[in-house]
Amino acid sequence: MEQLENAIELKNVTKRFGKVIANDSVYLTVKKGEILSILGENGSGKTTLMNMLSGIYFPDEGHILVEGKEVTIQSPKDAFDLGIGMIHQHFKLVDVLTAAENIILGLPGKGALNMAQVEKDIKELTEKYGFDLNPAQKIYDMSVSQKQTVEIVKVLYRGANLLILDEPTAVLTPQEADKLFAVLRNMKNAGKSIIIITHKLQEVLALSDRVTVLRKGKYIGTVETSEATVESLTEMMVGGKVSLDIHRADPVDPECRLKIEDATCVNHEGLKILNHVSFEANSGEILGIAGIAGSGQKELLEAIAGLQHIRSGKISYYPQDGSTHTLSDMKASQIRNLGVHMSFVPEDRLGMGLVGKMDLTDNMMLRSYQEGSNPFLDRETPKNLAKEIVEKLDVVTPSISTPVGRLSGGNVQKVLVGREIASDPEVLMVAYPVRGLDINSSYTIYNLLNEQKEKGVALICVIEDLDVILELCDRILVMNNGHITGIRDARKTTKEEIGMLMTKNTEEEK
Amino acid sequence: MAQANMTKVQEPFVRMVKRDTISMQKAWAIRLIAVLLSLIVCAIAIVPITHQNPVEIYAGIVSGAVGNSRRIWVSIRELLMLLTIAVGLTPAFKMKFWNVGAEGQILMGGLASAALMIYAGNAMPNWLLLIVIFIASAAAGLIWGIIPAIFKAYFKTNETLFTLMMNYVAMQIITFCIVFWENPKGSNTVGIINSKTQAGWFPSIFGNAYVLNLIVVLLITVVMSIYMKYSKQGYEIAVVGESESTARYAGINVKKVIIRTMALSGAICGVAGSIIVSGASHTISTSTAGGRGFTAIIVAWMSKFNPLAMILVSAFLVFMQEGSIEIATQFGLNKNASDIITGIILFFLIGCEFFINYELKFRKKHEEEVQA
Repeated sequence: MEQLENAIELKNVTKRFGKVIANDSVYLTVKKGEILSILGENGSGKTTLMNMLSGIYFPDEGHILVEGKEVTIQSPKDAFDLGIGMIHQHFKLVDVLTAAENIILGLPGKGALNMAQVEKDIKELTEKYGFDLNPAQKIYDMSVSQKQTVEIVKVLYRGANLLILDEPTAVLTPQEADKLFAVLRNMKNAGKSIIIITHKLQEVLALSDRVTVLRKGKYIGTVETSEATVESLTEMMVGGKVSLDIHRADPVDPECRLKIEDATCVNHEGLKILNHVSFEANSGEILGIAGIAGSGQKELLEAIAGLQHIRSGKISYYPQDGSTHTLSDMKASQIRNLGVHMSFVPEDRLGMGLVGKMDLTDNMMLRSYQEGSNPFLDRETPKNLAKEIVEKLDVVTPSISTPVGRLSGGNVQKVLVGREIASDPEVLMVAYPVRGLDINSSYTIYNLLNEQKEKGVALICVIEDLDVILELCDRILVMNNGHITGIRDARKTTKEEIGMLMTKNTEEEK
Repeated sequence: MAQANMTKVQEPFVRMVKRDTISMQKAWAIRLIAVLLSLIVCAIAIVPITHQNPVEIYAGIVSGAVGNSRRIWVSIRELLMLLTIAVGLTPAFKMKFWNVGAEGQILMGGLASAALMIYAGNAMPNWLLLIVIFIASAAAGLIWGIIPAIFKAYFKTNETLFTLMMNYVAMQIITFCIVFWENPKGSNTVGIINSKTQAGWFPSIFGNAYVLNLIVVLLITVVMSIYMKYSKQGYEIAVVGESESTARYAGINVKKVIIRTMALSGAICGVAGSIIVSGASHTISTSTAGGRGFTAIIVAWMSKFNPLAMILVSAFLVFMQEGSIEIATQFGLNKNASDIITGIILFFLIGCEFFINYELKFRKKHEEEVQA
């Protein structure tokens, strides 16, 4: 065996933000030709650490060594010069340009641009590692996974030897993720070093050679993947034993609460974003919605909540008291008052349900402030509600008058879901409830949802992680391109079947 | 091995670090230092340009602004106008609606006042006339504010350009009206309206011409700060301003809030127009607003919409403006000299907010370096 050289070494790196210590003397080594996973809960300092490597932050203390030489990384350009390339979770591509144009964007060059040569170079790169990429294709024509490929080729083209990927599989189907892993293994065999940040333990075990674990900014340790298990890694991350089974009770007397018949929605450009969609949601049951990002999940929930105009079709609601309402004719606030609630966790976690600059009390008010005819606000009730949620859900916050934007992601989501549940809905729709959350916080949210289910609430959940959707939900509805491509019993289907349905071609596309 | 490469290791000389919190005293100390520094820089600028003693010029500014009781009241009058407009702009800016059309809204309010003074001056008792003037000028400002809001809400037009254009339309309407209201004929100005009857003028209270201005402005300020902080509508404005999609998800009718808020904002600016015309100048011209609609934007943002801070910031700006008139005559300086001073002080004041939010960390001497 040849001696593997260290591609990068971090020694004793510390970074503080005011009083908060984001990284407390962290050690990290990545060898050449190795895939290293970094694991840690939310707020454990993974992203801060990677940002120091890619030149976005500057460490307060400690040393960074690249190939044995101590270096200073003051800017992203320094990082590039040292061969460090980061692929962010949110792509930074220009939509109207081609893949090749995006890849050379910002690179110095001669006066004349030889696009043919550039495309040839890119072809060489993609063939070497097994990427599937057409350099002349425009970004707006690409799927999420193709865009990700462009990002990866972009850093490779710039000569990166160390690639940092921040949650690369969050937006991919299982099939696409497998393809990505194959490419990453090729790169590893070619001597590149790869750091991958992910929450999915299965992927860590399947892909990486070693795992470094951080907890609350502190370096916990590095283990060989071959000696690790899901349980041992979780214990390192959380610092104690955690039960990883999601409890799933059988639905009790399911009754139809929501009936969607042949609903169609059209966007500004006249494209059908929901295409003749029909299904039912029952009480005491969790209906999961799976699909690649942007397949119409958001529009479906918005249509039910009255925030999206339906061109044709009918949405009926049958509450416990036996009455019948046609939601498709109602306004958003009326639908809410009937007990059909939605909480949507957008990518930035705040944009749609909470106001980042407002404190917990004022955010609680968002749902209830309109009640009553008094022109002035009642801050007492929401204040008590905020206190109750903080206590019941263990929200970590300095006080209830802290702006929610200052809380960590998990706590923000607890506040968001907690507020919806507090108002006793009959139908609760949640989209991406555990987006970006760590294990502990995710399980808190799953338990909250299960509690509601046992109370007889009809739940509709859009969830990205297929493993979770299979374990948590009772039925799974799969969407692609505005169509429903299948509804399956979650206890009987497999991940592969759902993955197939997610990419299944819909008959109208000829 | 690492030592050989030591020379390459260089921590940046200075870095900025975001502050967690800062005590009130420290923040105000930083602002005070900024003012002192700006005065020193001003002095450095004044000496070579004007060959005057900067201390005398500063004294001239102080005397011009608050030198005697008449000057003090003029400064207060100006402060009140600026404050009203800033208070009027606050709801719009809180909603992130970039209303740069206060000039036009003021002009239209002033136009309504002037028209009533001219045409209805003798038709009713003064107290009733004043009430009618307030209502009419508010309505005029409201219309001028609501037009861009409707277009923004329904057609997503850019409100900055739209409100700016409305300013020019308002100016042209005034120019048009001056043709009819010219007094004396051929002067191309309106002159003092009702100078004999004083109909439609704010009456003197306790023997002072500006006490009514004070009452009206303070009333508007107090009512508006309560509205913004404690009313449901004020809460809606804040939510729409922070995130339109959150507002939509919460069931807030965003279009309605935009239009309602701009109606309010425009109405207050319209009333400001009546305070200028009926309460101070008693005439109307295209320069009646006099750039106050823009200056008030600085007031609103610098004070972060805090009404008390707004009084301080307006006071400072008015102080410099009134002082400038004095030094212009006393030292034979161009009025722009004071604009330079105001500009330098503002630069320092706005710049010092950076030091309140961030801390600079300088490179520490490393022990390794000592060893080497």
